Amino acid sequence: MSAPTGEDTKNISHLAPSNRENSDQGETERKNVGGNDLTFENPDKTYLDSNELIINMGPQHPATHGVLRVILKLDGEKVLGTECVIGYLHRGVEKIAENRTYTMFNPYVDRMDYVAAVSNGLGYCEAVEKLLNVEATPRAKYIRVILTELNRIASHQLWLGTHALDIGAMTPLFYTFRDREEILKIFEKYCGARLTTHAFRIGGCQYETYAGFEKEVKNFLTFVAPKIDEYETLLTTNRIWMERTKNVGVISAADAIALGVTGPVLRASGVKWDLRKAQPYAAYSEFDFEIPVGTNGDTYDRYLVRMAEMRQSLRIIEQAVNSIPEGPIMAKIPKVIKPPVGEIYHSIESPKGELGYFIVSDGSTQPYRLRVRPPSFVNLQALDIMVRGLLVADVVAVIGTIDIVLGEVDR
Amino acid sequence: MAEDAKTPAPPPPPEGEKKPSAEMPAAPVSNAPVKPVAPAPPAKPAVPADSTTPPKPAAPAKPTGPVPLLWSSPLVEKYRSQYGTALEGLTYLGQNYLTVKSELIPNILRLLRDEEQFDYCVDITAVHYPKREKQFDVVWILYSFPRNERLRVTTQIADGASIPSSVSIWPTANWLEREVYDMFGIQFDGHPDLKRILLPDGWKGFPLRKDYGILQQDKEWVQINLGIESGQ
Repeated sequence: MSAPTGEDTKNISHLAPSNRENSDQGETERKNVGGNDLTFENPDKTYLDSNELIINMGPQHPATHGVLRVILKLDGEKVLGTECVIGYLHRGVEKIAENRTYTMFNPYVDRMDYVAAVSNGLGYCEAVEKLLNVEATPRAKYIRVILTELNRIASHQLWLGTHALDIGAMTPLFYTFRDREEILKIFEKYCGARLTTHAFRIGGCQYETYAGFEKEVKNFLTFVAPKIDEYETLLTTNRIWMERTKNVGVISAADAIALGVTGPVLRASGVKWDLRKAQPYAAYSEFDFEIPVGTNGDTYDRYLVRMAEMRQSLRIIEQAVNSIPEGPIMAKIPKVIKPPVGEIYHSIESPKGELGYFIVSDGSTQPYRLRVRPPSFVNLQALDIMVRGLLVADVVAVIGTIDIVLGEVDR
Repeated sequence: MAEDAKTPAPPPPPEGEKKPSAEMPAAPVSNAPVKPVAPAPPAKPAVPADSTTPPKPAAPAKPTGPVPLLWSSPLVEKYRSQYGTALEGLTYLGQNYLTVKSELIPNILRLLRDEEQFDYCVDITAVHYPKREKQFDVVWILYSFPRNERLRVTTQIADGASIPSSVSIWPTANWLEREVYDMFGIQFDGHPDLKRILLPDGWKGFPLRKDYGILQQDKEWVQINLGIESGQ
């Protein structure tokens, strides 16, 4: 922002009606920029009448969680509008799919939302199963639910750590990463990978659970439940946290629906909608859990919703791990996957929101068209209306609270 | 929930017609005209012959799977009485969709939102069929919170033709339409800011068109940016 100059002083003085005739040409121009209603009744307007400032945030910015570039239009430190520039991580996943067989494409989906690879795999495998008109076996479904919910906790933990770090609370990052490690260890033991897991196969799971899987998952449940309380002692009633998150980045339920926002962001605005309940997939209809919702649709509510979701995930895992049915882990599917001609859309509730796959089959071994409906991409679109009128520092908080992963935004 | 119910169909017979019929099965309701619904060209356009290419789909006899059936519901009846044969309701594996003529496009979408409570536009995408006269399928995937129901709306448009934007119906269409434009080059009339979204502004061509080969693109990129003949 420019320092006050003589012109600026004159500019303020033109508020007095008697001075208006004296305004010179330059001042008239500036008046048009700032609007003509510079009165003390309009405290939101700037008195310095500075020009709007356009600054770039990112793509190399630690708070944008990857390579997101946000062009901010500022008035002083107040955000007038934003434009997101995305695509820096575009790998052409949908084009790759058209050139791979159904089985070969499976590991690629792990690279979209790379902090919730298991969810991506679940959505893809279920979509192809639907296209083939087969269903995974009950045992596979239970293993899928356990791993997916573990991944939801891991994703929320990573979100909490980085989001709190953005806002200035450093400690939660260490706590959440310490505990997330336990989940990654389970993944590693199960399928050999920590992040890009490729845990599921079309028709079920490739791997049987390892010896001691149930015990380790149960140990994890008793281990992590008090840890979630521990995160909350750091933040939930923390004065600074509340000041930085309450009434920041508010989005109403109507706006959220109109913008296609899903996941915790939608639920924090008070819409009780979760695909696991609304259109149950895998084995979710067999478990008892609740959908946490918020009321204000602000950053603080989204924080509370995700914290509550972690506890609900623990509930689901507990029920599932205590009742894994016996049986095969793979359904009877042909070795060469050749779905009949047709189109299918299937979506699941990923940690970020509705993750959908729209697949068109032409009867060959490769998808004719595969479209991924990424929750992060659609949710990011709401950034603009959420940050208007806030300060630059709040933009960081709002980007964090939407919980985007750029690998999924750009695909 | 209803639409998610899997129809327990018997395993498809191992041998069928050489070419899976793209035609509707004999329609149980007599007033419905028989109309091609499934993608017309089942054969893929020439895929770059690399080692990953699976055996040509034509060689083994393809199993015929379930086929789209006519979907009778009050919703379809209502709009059929209004628009006649410009609109058809179909269902495939428990998922319902409407195929409509492109002239109906902003109107039918607006009616679906206002009258039938499809208040959430999940996704907008397109499919390219280069051998067809109207090359593109544009697909809207809709969801209704009050009804807990999904619906797809599909229309066909020709290459170079434009289609009205639905940003005024669902603001979420803004980025979704930009992506369709970016990947397929389909113009949306009335879109507030139709420009590329994932690819750089100066990108040549539209990658998800079928005639856009990945090897050719890769080679060209290597030649321009690295100054060598081939990166392979």
